[in-house]
Amino acid sequence: MKVKFQKTKGFYDVYERKPGVNKDIIHYCPGCGHGNAHKFIAETIADLGIQDRTVFVSPVGCSVFAYYYFDMGNVQAAHGRAPAVATGIKRTHPDSVVIVYQGDGDLAAIGTAEIVHAANRGENMTVIFINNAIYGMTGGQMAPTTLVGQRTTTTPYGRKPENEGFPVRVAELIDAIQAPIYIERVSLHDSKHVTKARRAVRKAITYQLEGKGFSLVEILSACPTGWGLLPVEARKWIHEAMEPNFPLGLKRDEGPNIEARELQPCNHVFEGVHGLIDLPAPEERGAATMQATMEHVEEAWRNPAIKVAGFGGQGVLLLGLGLANTGMQVGHHVSWLPSYGPEMRGGTANCGVHISTDLIGSPVVADTDILVAFNRPSLEKFEAAVRPGGVVFCDTSLVDVKPTRDDIVVVGVPATKLADELGNTKAANMVMFGAIIGRTKLFTVDEVCASLDGFIKKKKLIPVNEQAVKRGAEYVLEMS
Amino acid sequence: MAKVLLKGNDAVVRGAILAGCRVYFGYPITPASEIAETAAKYMPLVGGTFLQAESEIAAINMVYGASGAGARVMTASSGPGISLKMEGISYMAGAQLPCVVVSVMRGGPGLGNIAPEQADYHQVVWGGGHGNYKNIVLAPNSVQEMSDLTMLAFELADRYRNPVFILTDGATGQMMEPVEFPDAVVRPPEKDWAVGVGPGPRENLISSIFLDGDELEAHNKILQAKYDKMEAEEVRFEEFQLDDAELVTVGFGIVARVLRSAVLQLRSEGLKVGLLRPITLWPFPNEKLEELAERDSVRRFVTVEMSHGQMVKDVKLAVLGRKPVELYRRMGGNIPTVNEVIEEIKRLA
Repeated sequence: MKVKFQKTKGFYDVYERKPGVNKDIIHYCPGCGHGNAHKFIAETIADLGIQDRTVFVSPVGCSVFAYYYFDMGNVQAAHGRAPAVATGIKRTHPDSVVIVYQGDGDLAAIGTAEIVHAANRGENMTVIFINNAIYGMTGGQMAPTTLVGQRTTTTPYGRKPENEGFPVRVAELIDAIQAPIYIERVSLHDSKHVTKARRAVRKAITYQLEGKGFSLVEILSACPTGWGLLPVEARKWIHEAMEPNFPLGLKRDEGPNIEARELQPCNHVFEGVHGLIDLPAPEERGAATMQATMEHVEEAWRNPAIKVAGFGGQGVLLLGLGLANTGMQVGHHVSWLPSYGPEMRGGTANCGVHISTDLIGSPVVADTDILVAFNRPSLEKFEAAVRPGGVVFCDTSLVDVKPTRDDIVVVGVPATKLADELGNTKAANMVMFGAIIGRTKLFTVDEVCASLDGFIKKKKLIPVNEQAVKRGAEYVLEMS
Repeated sequence: MAKVLLKGNDAVVRGAILAGCRVYFGYPITPASEIAETAAKYMPLVGGTFLQAESEIAAINMVYGASGAGARVMTASSGPGISLKMEGISYMAGAQLPCVVVSVMRGGPGLGNIAPEQADYHQVVWGGGHGNYKNIVLAPNSVQEMSDLTMLAFELADRYRNPVFILTDGATGQMMEPVEFPDAVVRPPEKDWAVGVGPGPRENLISSIFLDGDELEAHNKILQAKYDKMEAEEVRFEEFQLDDAELVTVGFGIVARVLRSAVLQLRSEGLKVGLLRPITLWPFPNEKLEELAERDSVRRFVTVEMSHGQMVKDVKLAVLGRKPVELYRRMGGNIPTVNEVIEEIKRLA
């Protein structure tokens, strides 16, 4: 027998995933537009021979079960999130063809952000938007596209603009965005329009396969059950009630102006990764640094808890980082904890550093052994936390008061002035670094200079910073 | 040089890349933003994808899509953002999709502040999203562990096809410490259940919908069996000076470091104090706690938390009234100092 009409191969022969006994019929109501829309997609995918690379993303709504029917990869998304889910799929497999299928509640209410931004990124995907002016699956509640005056279970007196606003025109909304390449609104109200709709869906999928970008086809579709109309009346209602509110036609078609390209898979790199992410490559990595001792350090300054504080921009965090970095290079345990977020902006900055021969417990610096204060508020704020016998390094170029306590050691260093003399005010923090190690013998000048390239990003600034460290160390020697 | 001085948030991403993660979706939030920033810097250099999503909800749903398509994928945020991600986490648990989510906790509730807190323990460990599901929750206490546990998280996520959380705090995310990375670079495993390109993927379905009551119950039983297996095999914790301890302190993350210092100090003063640090907050080290509670030598437990007292309920469930369980807490983003913890323990001991 000659087969005249055959179901497209884009659908399964038997709907095995569908529960119950009727595995050869669909679950949609008579007169529902999903049947048409599904068929347009399935036959296009089958005709293009791309079933092995197509992923269908079904939404929440009656078409949540679209995966019963489509013989292709299927992903079911949370309500409104299909464009985000599709983005994840597409960014993982740019050579796949991803169909995003959404209803009006899904796309134009709960998922407005997701559709707008997927469109704005110009994701190379095809969005089929079913607009039937109602929430079908949940039993006929108002949709964002419900018409003014239309009665639904949540607008029992008709949609009122003063309470619920006006129906959202999605095709026009997406047309306000620069990136999409193809936007058209079509209707399923008669066979002539059905043919146009079929053509639009086919075009949108073909454009994706050709790597052209983001397409959206809005389909005005009947929900006879939700509308309380017979299928024939429902088709008429699309034409008479919906189309005046949602003007049909092409909104944009950049497709012909864009050159087709073949979709390519990701090229994830797994060789030479360490170097690419700024980690020492296994083959270039030296032996682990041996745990150092602090026997050469005066007992009072062993395993110090250090607080560095000043204005943002004084290199406070960098000095802390330098202390930690040098400590690590020398072979100690170190931690560096900054003040962060809005605290950093415009106001004071501070960080706590631990350098220790033992594992570091709390990285917070509470009982301070060494306080470095680059401004008066820092001295006033942190002086009380210095332990008796602890030391305060003050930038005397900027701090015009003396610590109030007499049970702590105070070392005044005109760090900013000394840095100025070296020709770079910003090196005051490294002058202070030199002063700290000159006084405490925590590190040698050579150890600090050798670690500078670990935390000074601009390599041309390393020489002046070296000079600054040396100058600071000399200064405290001259003082003593 | 074998070690690199890095921020906790940075170490997460470099560890993730060595673990084979090449896809990142996220949204900025203090104190987690460096995770997104580091991913933005390095993902393109290893052929991967970084995308700043329009929202936390979109980000986790992108993760859902990428995971369903077979990628090793991650996202990160802090409390307010994790709240929004909970929808997607539940869907991923339901659809049995692996992913790694990093929560860098800050002060709450509401906008709260950006200082470190541990008050999202209940949100992440006990649920957050809807339905019967569990996540493995790993709690690093150093920058080294931020990297190590992130790498482990990808392995566990794929082993169980389940979301895995890294639950940490602003201080651990923001602080810098030396980190050592492994030589090996992991290639993600092939996933025969994923969608994508090819005849195999064509047959696959990623979904969490089971309309029929019996089917959904059967699905839930499969999930529960998986969670039972995690409880049997994935409990991790660290013991410190517990052998002869009379007072057992319990704390996770950064608090455990404060406790470690406190234990050393108290021991030097002759007090028999020890520390149990859960590394997996779920599954929780119940058996270890039960064993400690049974010991005659153990007199009481002191849980220290940067929250109103959330993990303490899990400790109490495990100890089950056998010994007193006390709580010392700080809120608002304050990290307890070693001295205040010592004072409290002395008061109780």
